[in-house]
Amino acid sequence: MSFPWAEHYTPKHPAMQWIDEKLPLPRLVYNAVGAGYPVPRNLNYFWNFGVLAGLALMIQIVTGVIMAMHYGANTLVAFGTVEQTMRDVNAGWLMRYAHANGASFFFIVVYLHIFRGLFFGSYKAPREMVWLLGLVIFLLMMATAFMGYVLPWGQMSYWGAKVITGLFGAIPVVGEPIQTWLLGGFAPGNASLNRFFSLHFLLPFVIAAVVILHIWALHIPGSSNPTGVEVKGPQDTVPFHPYYTAKDGFGAGVFLILFAILLFYAPNYLGHPDNYIEANPLSTPAHIVPEWYFWPFYAILRAFTVDFFFVPAKLLGVLAMFASILLLFFLPWLDTSPVRSGNYRPTFKKFFWILILDVLILGYCGGAPAAEPYVMISQVAAAYYFAHFLIILPLISRFEKPLPLPNSITEAVLGRDVIEGEREALPGMGSDPQPSHAG
Amino acid sequence: MIRIGAFLVGLFFAGWLLISFLVGAVAFVTEPPAKTVEHEFHRDPKHVSFSFDSPFGKYDQAQLQRGFQVFKEVCSACHSLKFVAFRDLKGIGYNEAEIKAIAKQWAIKTPDVDPKTGEMSTRDPIPADYFPKPFANNVAAAAANNNAIPPDLSLMTKARHHGSAYVYSLLTGFQAQPAELLKEFPDAKTPAGLHYNPYFANLNLAMAPPLTADGQVTYGDGTKATVDQMSQDVAAFLTWTAEPKLENRRRAGLATIFFLLIATGLAYMAYQNIWADKKKAA
Amino acid sequence: MAIVEHVDSEGTAVSSGGDGVRRRDFINIAAVSFAGVGAVAVVVPLVDQMNPSADVLALASTEVDLSAIQPGQAIKTTFRSQPLFVRHLTEKEIAEADKVDASSLRDPQTLEERTVDGKKQWLVTMGVCTHLGCVPLGAGEGENRGEYGGYFCPCHGSSYDTAARIRKGPAPKNLEVPKFSFTSDTAILVG
Repeated sequence: MSFPWAEHYTPKHPAMQWIDEKLPLPRLVYNAVGAGYPVPRNLNYFWNFGVLAGLALMIQIVTGVIMAMHYGANTLVAFGTVEQTMRDVNAGWLMRYAHANGASFFFIVVYLHIFRGLFFGSYKAPREMVWLLGLVIFLLMMATAFMGYVLPWGQMSYWGAKVITGLFGAIPVVGEPIQTWLLGGFAPGNASLNRFFSLHFLLPFVIAAVVILHIWALHIPGSSNPTGVEVKGPQDTVPFHPYYTAKDGFGAGVFLILFAILLFYAPNYLGHPDNYIEANPLSTPAHIVPEWYFWPFYAILRAFTVDFFFVPAKLLGVLAMFASILLLFFLPWLDTSPVRSGNYRPTFKKFFWILILDVLILGYCGGAPAAEPYVMISQVAAAYYFAHFLIILPLISRFEKPLPLPNSITEAVLGRDVIEGEREALPGMGSDPQPSHAG
Repeated sequence: MIRIGAFLVGLFFAGWLLISFLVGAVAFVTEPPAKTVEHEFHRDPKHVSFSFDSPFGKYDQAQLQRGFQVFKEVCSACHSLKFVAFRDLKGIGYNEAEIKAIAKQWAIKTPDVDPKTGEMSTRDPIPADYFPKPFANNVAAAAANNNAIPPDLSLMTKARHHGSAYVYSLLTGFQAQPAELLKEFPDAKTPAGLHYNPYFANLNLAMAPPLTADGQVTYGDGTKATVDQMSQDVAAFLTWTAEPKLENRRRAGLATIFFLLIATGLAYMAYQNIWADKKKAA
Repeated sequence: MAIVEHVDSEGTAVSSGGDGVRRRDFINIAAVSFAGVGAVAVVVPLVDQMNPSADVLALASTEVDLSAIQPGQAIKTTFRSQPLFVRHLTEKEIAEADKVDASSLRDPQTLEERTVDGKKQWLVTMGVCTHLGCVPLGAGEGENRGEYGGYFCPCHGSSYDTAARIRKGPAPKNLEVPKFSFTSDTAILVG
């Protein structure tokens, strides 16, 4: 670990000592999420969402493995096996609703985690790799969620699969062969369902692996914090355990309460009634919408209504939808401001809140029928989305005058640099005279 | 380089979106989208209250049994209930002997293979059987019903927005086509063989009004079988068929949330506790 | 439990002594215990879901119509997804079974003990060899009934007599008689 004052693992119990000698797993855990990981002392509740996302992933994997025990990936029986799980399997309704709503909660916490990163500049050097790996997780999540939604083989499952794979059909020349290849047929069928099931089972474990890389990459520079000022010394940090394990425990409790309220009292609130109708390739639902977490991207897809010379509007929409996520990979190099935290960037802060509002509007339009005025609203909102990241953000970083930064985290927390009494305890680790900008 | 490239890409997407917006806005102003008859005359489900509406509400078993009677005597002639088995009727208060009798006397028989000849045949349903379908397949169903397939009702109340109220509204919502509608949309006259119902998505429904007269069924518990009452009862019954575990779910939820509140309260206290020395310094 | 120890020691380190120590420790321990209890409670449905589901349990009992089975005949049907033999014994077969001294058998049982009072001719057994679970022959028309005239398991040569008791071969027990009762003179309910 990068902090020289990090506590070292010394197993007390002989059994732990024995394990640690043979396989230093206890040491790894201790250094990753135990007392051996020094964390800035000033993290606010927005820093809870990383751990909550991990919790949500675990809930999904556990309930998902169980759903797979009762599921049949065949178009003749898929819908029925899910219903049978809900009706006949012991606690089956609980597993199914937990899995369906767990996906929504996974996205809620991941979106909050991403917004935390956006506001507090967590994507900036030296944490670019953490951000990039996070985006890989996000992309994998989207693929997993999409394929998972197909599995119950309801009307939205079927038509969602058809529409989303149809996006590839927009690519000139190779588009249609790609679409048939993805589906293993000319329309979603048994072959599609089986491969989606297989991949839906596989990808969460890939996500878990990338999560480990994400945490690994985070531990090289250490966690960011709401001031954006880097850790200067031991007075700025506390050990992850018990300080943040306790805080995360409380956060997990709040998360689970909200999850339980939805799961037990409104389990179908976030779903679509049409998915309780078995898939029917001969009848399209009145309006096809994806799950809520895809709405902003769906709005961007539909916002393109005019062909650009020889490029059809449909292809533009597909390109823009992918671009809207891919551009986030360039964010560390688009936002060149040396100040991380939005708290010290007055102009950035204003535009940040406009972006949040903009994404909410896009989400609302994405869930609405493809009719006016929603298309016009989403066109303006999508234009802002691209302008924000690709034009406004680089300009702000260049011209904005940031507010003065605190000298250190401790100063930001306590109003003075070092706690009295700790100065003697930690000779040579006093205040850092260098003003911090890049942090 | 990255920033110049980004700037150009951003300019292209944002610019083209704004041009699309202008094109759309001009079209919207010059040729405003025509009003549709569905938009003007479709109605949201009526307000109707059920015993299970509130978060802690339960099913009213007497009502479910009445609703089952309506389903048995009216709906089951055309509609299947394929995800529900006779044994499930235990959930609405029938005992095993009653369920066995209900299954045995069910008008539609369960398809089976004759054990001697191997020919397709039928037998009396047993409690383990699912409710037999009234039609052998979709083609037969369409042929017998003016080309409209009567949908399966197991999940109907979950497959529509405000499903319980929707079923009730649909059953009580048949009416003559309003004169204003024909005045405004002369082409929207209900075609022959269909029935006008403002609670149905496209206003014209193949199903003829199934509950037409008070007393169409005779309730064993003495409840007066008005059309309104029968519609409510069968809507409640179909809510149960769609969500038979509703009461288990709500009960489990209460216990879970109660437990989580205490656990989270303790977790908060432990959190404050552990941070006490760090906060104290502030 | 390592967590408890740690929180414990932290709590002690944090507090200033006296009653405060115990109260603070108590809260930390209570919080961790609640988390533990919650985790255990969650495991219950996760384990329970692997038990037989309601539709499987609904087929846990089977009705068998006996009216068409003539003396000397047997039928093979299914009970809980396993073969079930129902055999209508002839007088001769009953006599043969009764002739044997039950105490001399590997799994001592009389025919009476294996049938319902007064309905000695109806032998209802699982069609699962007690050796390794193969389905013995003898229920079908013309099948090998083994040297004791009952059932014969082709896998390892276990022979059962007319009361389906093990007489020869590696099987340790008689063919299992499931719980059943007569619902009428010509029908039984198994399970």
